[in-house]
Amino acid sequence: MTSLLLALLVLGVIAALFGALLGFASVKFKVEGDPLVEQLDALLPQTQCGQCGYPGCKPYAEAVANGESINKCAPGGEDTIKKIADLMGVEPEPLDGAHEQDNTPKVAFIIEEDCIGCTKCIQACPVDAIIGAAKQMHTIISDECTGCDLCVAPCPVDCIEMRPIAQTTKNWQWDLNSIPVVELD
Amino acid sequence: MQSIINRIENNQFWKFHGGIHPPEQKFLTNSKPIKPLHLPELLIIPVQQHIGVPGDILVNIGDTVLKGQSLTAPTSPMAVPVHAPTSGTIEKIALHVTAHPSGLSELCIFLKPDGQDKWRPRELCEDYKTLDRSDIIRKITDAGISGMGGAGFPTHIKVDSKPNIDFLIINAAECEPYITADDLLMREHSATILDGINILRHLLIPRLVLIGIEDNKPEAIEALKKATADINDIHICVVPTKYPMGGEKQLIKALTGKEIASGGLPIQQGIIMQNVATCYAIADAVINDKPLIERVVTVSGQGLEKPQNIWAALGTPVRDLVSLCHSTQPADKKAIIMGGPMMGFTLPIDTVPVVKTTNCVLVPSEKELNLHNTEVECIRCGQCAEVCPSNLLPQELQWSAKAKDHDKLKALNLFDCIDCGACAYVCPSHIPLVQYYRIAKAEIRQQELQDIKAEKAKARFEARKARLERERKAREEKQRKASEARRAAMNNSQEGTNAKSAVAAALARVKAKKAQDTGVSAETSTEATTEVKTETLSPVQAAIARAKAKKAAQAAQSTELNGDNKAPETGANAGADATPSDDKQSKVAAAVARAKAKKAAKAKQEAASQTPEENVPAEQTLAGQSSAEQEKAEEQMNTAPKEKPAADSKQAKVAAAVAKAKARKQAKAKAEQAESITEGSAPSQDEPEKTDVTSAEVTAKTDAAEAIETTEAPANDKKAKIAAAIAKAKAKKAKQSSNDLDESTDDSTIENPLKEGTVESKANSTTDSSAEDSDTASEVKPANDKKAKVAAAIAKAKAKKAVQASNAGSSEVDDTMEKADAKSVNSEADVAETEVNAEPLNGNDQSAPAVSSISQQKKARIAAAVAKAKAKKQQQAESN
Repeated sequence: MTSLLLALLVLGVIAALFGALLGFASVKFKVEGDPLVEQLDALLPQTQCGQCGYPGCKPYAEAVANGESINKCAPGGEDTIKKIADLMGVEPEPLDGAHEQDNTPKVAFIIEEDCIGCTKCIQACPVDAIIGAAKQMHTIISDECTGCDLCVAPCPVDCIEMRPIAQTTKNWQWDLNSIPVVELD
Repeated sequence: MQSIINRIENNQFWKFHGGIHPPEQKFLTNSKPIKPLHLPELLIIPVQQHIGVPGDILVNIGDTVLKGQSLTAPTSPMAVPVHAPTSGTIEKIALHVTAHPSGLSELCIFLKPDGQDKWRPRELCEDYKTLDRSDIIRKITDAGISGMGGAGFPTHIKVDSKPNIDFLIINAAECEPYITADDLLMREHSATILDGINILRHLLIPRLVLIGIEDNKPEAIEALKKATADINDIHICVVPTKYPMGGEKQLIKALTGKEIASGGLPIQQGIIMQNVATCYAIADAVINDKPLIERVVTVSGQGLEKPQNIWAALGTPVRDLVSLCHSTQPADKKAIIMGGPMMGFTLPIDTVPVVKTTNCVLVPSEKELNLHNTEVECIRCGQCAEVCPSNLLPQELQWSAKAKDHDKLKALNLFDCIDCGACAYVCPSHIPLVQYYRIAKAEIRQQELQDIKAEKAKARFEARKARLERERKAREEKQRKASEARRAAMNNSQEGTNAKSAVAAALARVKAKKAQDTGVSAETSTEATTEVKTETLSPVQAAIARAKAKKAAQAAQSTELNGDNKAPETGANAGADATPSDDKQSKVAAAVARAKAKKAAKAKQEAASQTPEENVPAEQTLAGQSSAEQEKAEEQMNTAPKEKPAADSKQAKVAAAVAKAKARKQAKAKAEQAESITEGSAPSQDEPEKTDVTSAEVTAKTDAAEAIETTEAPANDKKAKIAAAIAKAKAKKAKQSSNDLDESTDDSTIENPLKEGTVESKANSTTDSSAEDSDTASEVKPANDKKAKVAAAIAKAKAKKAVQASNAGSSEVDDTMEKADAKSVNSEADVAETEVNAEPLNGNDQSAPAVSSISQQKKARIAAAVAKAKAKKQQQAESN
């Protein structure tokens, strides 16, 4: 009888001890936010274009973490889908048909003589890459432009166009075109 | 350290891993002296010829420059200037294909030599040792010297390091199998090279100077030995010939046994390396004040008759070099390689200029250049790993590069690859391994740039979000404060009733003034006082009156000749009644009467042309009724003020607006009725479109009349203008849908008394009565002008919409399809027309004294831009 009580007591004390330990750990090492969201957000191209249907890259990352399909990032393209698939441990899917487009990097360009200074594009730009004031000509800081396309639609005089980033010797990718080489698979 | 020096002194050197022995072709060029090249017709000088950033261009097109004059100024430490290789004029500054494997264009300065080769003033330096250290470095910087061995690193950065280094290594290895430029330079100019080495010694104070040279250049070794015979701390280190001995890390390993850590720099090990050609350039720059404007280029290959080394001015097109050596290759098969056969690249065109890093131009024969080996699968022979001078695993790198596994590539130290091409050279499967590495390196660099950019974009996005949130909070705070203030004011209002009445009085005065402004000058201040009274007109009464007037108008619409005769009469009578009496009510009544008269006139016109005489009696009675009702309305209006003298003017306005809206609806319904009636009762009618036209005109007219009504009744300027704008829009719509609008214009102008000038004239102005417009516009005060313009803009927009709507509508309603087609085709033209009309309108307004023509022009331009955009959109919509 004493041994039974002793055993119960010992087990009880151990249980209480571990319970307290776990409780302490849950307070002490509490994870703020969802680390998966941060990881997903790091994979996305941060163009903040909203083509996925979410207002920015972070909201889409949150949605993916909550089960949204991974193939909605058009600017990221196949590469990003592959990376998200790796991270999430799911099969990569082809880019959503609704978003299919060429994802060659572009920057917006304002045809300045046509600009009437309505500031609509400035309000649309998610990264504040357009400078200008009311009734003053606007222009784009091309280094900050993510090529998200969001400023094109609001322009009342259609003076914004998306121009592909020019290839220079600095960003040239050593494509094999200049040297006759066949690639094997 | 001492053991290393001892070993070097005993000429016992180290070996680096790997390396290959490609067949030597130096005999092609190493037996002939360096030949100076005549100046070409045009020099193409790329603004950037080195690693780093380009400088700012100092010259303009058409400038005359002297030999040695700098064409760019360095803006950052990593920039070096470029200089004019001879005197001449700047022909243009444009993009041109430069010495880069991509074959892409870069900014170049095109210099046309004048043949005089006239130097800029030079400061020759007898003894560089008297110069300050910083002076020497400035001279090197200004001379635009960058590494001449191939990479093109700015030399002044290398030599500006902390002195008292262990080893200064002069790279004279020249391991590429064809190149002999450094070999010949050492043979012919060993003294100048030694001067350069001495300047470097003076700057860097090394413990030992090592000249690394391969054993296949005995004559150069001899010349250097002779030149350095009396200097103890310069060692000529003869190393075995092995490619790539000339690589920086490889030569350091071979001479000192030290290995440079991955990602590290030789200076961290107390070593600095310079190319012999760079030493020559340094001596020239410091002693002779001669910037880097020419260099030795080996022009070699079995596709040439006379391969040789050439002193070429920088910017000389490669074509000139090749033609001096007589190419034997047919023009279509001539491949020109810049750089050696191991690390060079094929040029897309032969006008690519010689730059600071160009040491070799190769014109191979077809058998020399084996371009036709097709790549096959890797057989895991491991030869590439054996020859790799950087101790990498080329086959693993290749697989990862093909799989684009960037993490794995980094783990395999891809960036330690020096692109020497030894692995590709030995590969039995002809895999162009180096190409894969180059692509992978570029991709990784690009990816890193993109990551940085994404990080920046994210930060900016977050900052923007924070800003918007901040602004929203500030706005809410402001609103909250304002509402609190309002509430506080309301609590205090009991005591402020007196003040309130004073405000009301002031408002009344202002309104009176405004009303006066709109009126003609004939009207005196006595009328203003009566107008104040009219504000107190009973809204209910006014509304009823208007409604009745409208009913009458509807009835009158279907009248015939008789009714027609009567209606203008009543209108005229009403007008006559109204003008003499200063009372406001009478004016309202007059307006109503006029409107009715107009409508009647309109109805008469169409009826006369269409309907048979059988309806005459019935319509006569209708006309009678309408006139009776008109009289009634007038009576009511006259009595109205007596009944409710103290009514709120605001209420009146609201009521007026409601009445107006109703009236419009009715008018529309009536127009439709009229249409159906005419179609039904008059089968003789030729075109159904005519009904459309007339009905639209009638609508416009009614609205115009209503606009007058509303203006008069509440005596509110602004409202009047908005109403006028609407009326204008309607009028425009009518105009566009009608083919003959002249009569409508005439009608409205004829019946337009000067009193309502402001409002009516605006309506008219759109219907082309410019003469009338300018008259009335001159009466308009400048303050009203601006408002009128706003109204005009609104009207314009509405008119445009109306045009589009009417186009769509007409295609459905009208059976005559051709009309619809014509309209949809012309819709763009219509929009443009609307704009054209709008601009003359503004032009007429300009005649009003206080309007600045500049702002008008600007507005017109903006309007044009908007119109353009809309036209574009419409076009797109149509094409879809």
